[in-house]
Amino acid sequence: MTTDLKEIITKERMIALFEKNRKEIFKNDPEQVSELRQQAFDSFIRLGFPTTRMEEWKNTDLKEWLGKEYDYPLKPQQGMDAHQIFRCNIPHLDTAIIGQVNGWYVSKDVPLIRLGNGMILGSLAQAFREYPEIILPHYGKYAGTGKSGLTDLNTAFACDGIFIYVPDHVQSPKPIQLINVIQHDENIFLQSRNLILLGKDARLSLVHCDDSYNHQASFSNIVTEVHLDEGAVLDHYKLQNLNNNSVLISNTAFHLEKEAELVSNFLTLNGGMVRNNTDVLLNGSHGNASIYGLYLMDRKQHIDNHVYVDHAATDCTSVEMFKGILDENSSGVFNGHVYVRKDAQKTNATQSNRNILLTDTARVYSRPFLEIYADDVKCGHGSTTGQLDNEAMFYLMQRGIGPESARMLLMFAFANEIVGKISIPELRFRIEDMVKKRLQGELQICEQCVLHCSTPEHPMEFDIDLSKI
Amino acid sequence: MLLSIKNLHASINGKEILKGINLEVNAGEVHAIMGPNGTGKSTLASVIAGREVFEVTEGEITYKDKNLLKLSIEDRAREGIFIGFQYPVEIPGVSITNFMRTAVNEIRKYKGLDPVPAVEFLKMMEENKRLVEIQSNLTNRSVNEGFSGGEKKKNEIFQMAMLEPVLAILDETDSGLDIDALRIVANGVNKLRTKENAFVVITHYQRLLDYIIPDFVHVLFEGRIVKSGSKELAFELEEKGYDWIKKEFE
Amino acid sequence: MESDSNKIIDSFTSGEYKFGFITDIETDMAPKGLNEDIIRFISAKKNEPEFMLEFRLKAYRHWLTMKMPEWANLKIPPIDFQDIIYYAAPKKKKVLASLDEVDPELLDTFSKLGISLDEQKKLSGVAVDAVMDSISVKTTFTDTLSKLGIIFCSFSEAVQKHPDLVKQYMGSVVPYTDNFFATLNSAVFTDGSFCFIPKGVRCPVELSTYFRINAANTGQFERTLIVAEEGAYVSYMEGCTAPQRDENQLHAAIVEIVALKDASVKYSTVQNWYPGNKNGVGGIFNFVTKRGICKGSNSKISWTQVETGSAITWKYPSCILLGDNSVGEFYSVAVTNNMQQADTGTKMQHLGKNTKSTIISKGISAGHGNNSYRGLVRIAKNAVNARNYSQCDSLLLGDKCGAHTFPYIQVENTSSIVEHEATTSKISEDQLFYCQQRGISMESAIGLIVNGYAKEVLKQLPMEFAVEAQKLLSISLEGSVG
Repeated sequence: MTTDLKEIITKERMIALFEKNRKEIFKNDPEQVSELRQQAFDSFIRLGFPTTRMEEWKNTDLKEWLGKEYDYPLKPQQGMDAHQIFRCNIPHLDTAIIGQVNGWYVSKDVPLIRLGNGMILGSLAQAFREYPEIILPHYGKYAGTGKSGLTDLNTAFACDGIFIYVPDHVQSPKPIQLINVIQHDENIFLQSRNLILLGKDARLSLVHCDDSYNHQASFSNIVTEVHLDEGAVLDHYKLQNLNNNSVLISNTAFHLEKEAELVSNFLTLNGGMVRNNTDVLLNGSHGNASIYGLYLMDRKQHIDNHVYVDHAATDCTSVEMFKGILDENSSGVFNGHVYVRKDAQKTNATQSNRNILLTDTARVYSRPFLEIYADDVKCGHGSTTGQLDNEAMFYLMQRGIGPESARMLLMFAFANEIVGKISIPELRFRIEDMVKKRLQGELQICEQCVLHCSTPEHPMEFDIDLSKI
Repeated sequence: MLLSIKNLHASINGKEILKGINLEVNAGEVHAIMGPNGTGKSTLASVIAGREVFEVTEGEITYKDKNLLKLSIEDRAREGIFIGFQYPVEIPGVSITNFMRTAVNEIRKYKGLDPVPAVEFLKMMEENKRLVEIQSNLTNRSVNEGFSGGEKKKNEIFQMAMLEPVLAILDETDSGLDIDALRIVANGVNKLRTKENAFVVITHYQRLLDYIIPDFVHVLFEGRIVKSGSKELAFELEEKGYDWIKKEFE
Repeated sequence: MESDSNKIIDSFTSGEYKFGFITDIETDMAPKGLNEDIIRFISAKKNEPEFMLEFRLKAYRHWLTMKMPEWANLKIPPIDFQDIIYYAAPKKKKVLASLDEVDPELLDTFSKLGISLDEQKKLSGVAVDAVMDSISVKTTFTDTLSKLGIIFCSFSEAVQKHPDLVKQYMGSVVPYTDNFFATLNSAVFTDGSFCFIPKGVRCPVELSTYFRINAANTGQFERTLIVAEEGAYVSYMEGCTAPQRDENQLHAAIVEIVALKDASVKYSTVQNWYPGNKNGVGGIFNFVTKRGICKGSNSKISWTQVETGSAITWKYPSCILLGDNSVGEFYSVAVTNNMQQADTGTKMQHLGKNTKSTIISKGISAGHGNNSYRGLVRIAKNAVNARNYSQCDSLLLGDKCGAHTFPYIQVENTSSIVEHEATTSKISEDQLFYCQQRGISMESAIGLIVNGYAKEVLKQLPMEFAVEAQKLLSISLEGSVG
C-alpha cells in the first residue's frame, strides 16, 4: 500500500495522514511504544516543520523540498530482490550486510537474525514483537520528544528500521554494513527508525550507508538511537551518497555511559540537502566521543551539520572536527555546540570546523559554540574558512608540480585528515579513492550505488601509498 | 653560461629590494652569496624561483639561454631550478612520498619521460634518504609538519637529491643547524656536485663554506652585489665582520 | 592547596562596588511612564526643532510594535517600561558661562569619581564632557578644539547649534528601527555627546565623556554621535558609574560613528555601572547599541571595551566595513562576578574590498557570573580579499560561573580568510605555584595573572584609561584589597 501525498507536505496533511492510517501505524506496537507515538504526534502538532525563523534552522530552508509531491509508503513494497539491490559492496571489505529499501527492512531469509554470540540483527518491527524486553528500556529515550518537530514526526510515524543488539562483553566478529537504499519510480517520503544497543564492554564497527539508485526526488527523515553501555566501543561511519534531488535529515542520538567510546565519521559526498543532527550525551565519567565529518559539495547542494555534545559527567573527552570543500553554488553549515554541565569537571573538549571555498558563489556558515559551566575544563575551538594556502602552493610548484596537481594534492590532504581517521583499512582506501575522484569531478551520482560504479580503479596521478605496494 | 642575471631590480609592494644585481653562474661552479640580514639574499632566490609577490621592474635573467622571467614557477623547477628554502612551509596531510612522487613524475612528463615505476621510485627514495641520513619513518610524514629545524633542512637536501636539479639555490640552509646536521647537509651537497650542475649557497656565516668550498664568493649589500672574489673573501668577512662592508658602501 | 586557592578566589571575587554613593542634588523630572506626551515633553524641555520630535515619535510608534529580544544567553527579569522615569536632569538656572556656575555638588560628584572638570584637566590633554542622568553638565576644553574646527559638545547643544549635521548623520548608522533598545533610545534619549572632526584634522587631545546615573527610578538614554571627515583622527573615551540602589535601572544608549575616507576613530569604554550586590539585588541593565561605519576607503574604527559593571550587559560594538581597505577592530575584556551576566561581542560586516577585522575578546567569569561572547563575522560576496582574525578566550575563576562562546561566521567569497580561535581555561595551579615560589601572595598572583591575561586588550586603551582599567579589573575581582 502506498499512501499518496500528491500535494505539498504541510503539517495539516501529515496530521490528516496520521489520523487516517492510525490503525496501520499502531498495529505492531507494544503499549509503551503506542503511548510514545501518541505523545510525539501531539508534540509534532505543536511544533510542526522547522522554518528558517528558528535559530537552529536559520541557514537551512526546507520550504522548497517540502513543496514537492511525494509518495509515502506506509507498508513495505513487495517484490524487492534483496540480492539484486545489495550487491553493492566495497572490495575486500568483509561485512555483514543488512539492508533497507525505502526505509523498510529487506531480507532474503528471516526478518530477524540471532547469531551464536547473542547478537540480534534485523527488522525493528519484528524486534518489537520478539524482544520487547530488550528494546523498551531504550526506545525513544535518547531521541526524546518535544525537542524537534521532525524527530517527533518520525517517532509518530516510523514503523520499521534496523535493530542491532550486541550483548555484554561481545565483540562483533566483523563490521556490520547497514545500507539504506532509496529506489522508487516516483518521488518518495520516508521515515525509518533505527535502534542500536551495545551492552557493557561490547564492540561494534558499523558502516551506515545512504544511497539512492535513481534520480527521483526523496525526502528521508531518519532517526537513529544508539546506546553504549559502560565500556562499550562503537566505530561508526555514515556514508551519504544521494542524488541531487534528495533531502536527508539524519537525526542520530548517541548515549554514552561510563568509559564508553565512540568514534563517528560523517562522510557526505553527495546529496541535494543533507542535514545531520548529531546529539551526543556523555552520561558517565571517562567517556570518549570523537565526531568527525567531511563534506564535498558542489552544484546547488546544501550540507548542514549540527553537533551537540553534552558533557554531563566528569573526565570525558570530546572531539568535533568537520571539514568541507564547497564548489559552485553549494552551501555549508556547521553548528557545533559543546555544553559542559556544572559538575562535568576535567572535561576536555575541542571543536574545529575548516572550510575551503572554491567559488565566489559557494557559502559557509560556521557556528562553533561553547557553553561552559565548569571551571576545571580544557575547551577550545577553531574555525577557518579560506582557500588553499598560497605558501604551500608556491612550495609545491617550486618542486615542479603544476598548479592543477598542486591544488589536488592540497585539497586531498585537507580532506584526508578526516578520511585518515577511518580505522577499517578497506573502507579507508575506498573512501580515499572516492574523495580523489570527487575532487577531480569524476564522481557523479550513478544509476547504481556509487560505491561500486567506478571500476576498474585507476590510481590518481599523485596517488602512492607505501602500504599499497 | 647556465645563469646570467643582468641589472636585476625587484620590489615588493612598491618597495625596491634588489637594486641592480649582476651575476653569472656556469655549470660546475659553486657560488656563495653572503651579506648582512635584510639585504635581499632571500629575495634574489625568490625572484629566481618566480615568486609572484616580487615584481621585477628592470633587468633580465637568462637561464640555459632562455628568458627565465617568462617561465611559470613550476616550469622553472622542471628546467632544473631548485630552491632550498630558509623556512620550508609545513603542508599538513601531504605525505612526502606522495609529494615527491608527484614532483618527480611531473618533471619527467615535462621532459617527455614516462613516470618512474613505483618500485624504482621507492628505491630512489631509500637511497636519497641514506644520503642525508634521514630515519626511514620521516618519509611517511606530512611535508615538514612537526619537523625540527634540522629535519626540515635535511628534508630540503633530500628533495634536492630526488629532483636532481641543474641549478640549486640553498637559502641559509645552514641556519639553525648543529654541527652534525651541518656536516650531513654539506656532505649531501658535495655528493651531488657534478660538472653539469651548479650551486648558489646563500649564507650569513663562513662556517658552511668550510664544508662546501665555493669557487666564488659574492657580498650582497642593500640590493647590490658590492664585492666578488674567491673563497678567501669569506674568511676576510668572517674576520672583519659586515661593518667593514657597511662602512665602505654606506 | 586546592581549597586554599578556592577560598582566596572566593574572597577575591566578592568585591564591593566603590562608586555607589548618591549625590544629593535637585533634579528636574518627568513623571513615570512612557507615552507620546512624555516624548513631546522631553522634546519641548530641550527646545528641539521639529525634525527631532518627528524622529522621536516615529521611533516610539515603531517601538510599540516590537518585542524585547530573547536570543541572548541572559536571564532578564521582566522590565516594566511604564515604571521608569524617562527624563531627569540636574536642575540648572540658566546656561552656564563658566565652571564657577556649575553646582558644587556636581563638581564634587565628578571629582569623587576622579574626573576633574576644571581647567587643570587641560594639562593632561583630555577634553571631558560630563553627563549626569543623561544630561551633559559640562564640557571642558571647547575653545582649543573649536579653533581646529572640532565640535565637541553635548548632543542637545549640537541639536541647537549644528542641526544640519545632526540631521545628516543621526540614525544613519543605527536607524531608529534597528532593535528594541535602540528604538526606545531613539524615542526618549535626553542627551549625550556630539563630536565632529573636520577634514584633515587630527584631534590633539583625547575626547572623553563620563556618564553618571544619579536619580532613582530613572533610565539613562544617552546618544553619542561621532563624525570623522576625510583624513580626520580622534580618540574617544567613555566612562560610566552609577549609585548603589536596590532596584534595577535601565541604561539603553546608542553610539554612532561615521568614518569617511582615510579617517580613523578609536573608541574606548570603561564601563563600570553598578553591578548589583553579591546576591544580585539591584544593578544596571546595560543594553547598548554601538555601531560604526567605515564609509570611505582606508578608514578605520577601533572599539576597545573594558566591561566590569552592570547587572546585565547586552552590547555588541560593531563595524560596517563599507569602504575598500577599511579596518575594524574590537578589543574587549568583560568581567562578570557575583550574579552578573554579560552577553557581549561584536559584528564585523565586511562589504568592501580588502577589508580587515580583528577581534580579541577576553571573558573573565567569577562568582556566579555568566559571560558570553557573541560575535558575527560576515564576508559579503563583494568583499574580496577580506581578512578576519578572531580570538575569544575565557577564564573561569571558581566553579559556579559560566563562560560561553557563540561565534557566527558567514563567508560568501573565495578570496577571503576567516580565522577563529578560542580557549577556555582556569588559572592553573602551576601558574599560581610558580608565582608563590617567587614570593608573590596568591592574591597578587591572581591579580597578576588576570591582568596578564587581559593585557592584549588593556594595551589598546589610551594611557589615561589603561591605568584606571587595570585598577578596576583588580577591584572588580578582589574583595580583600582596597
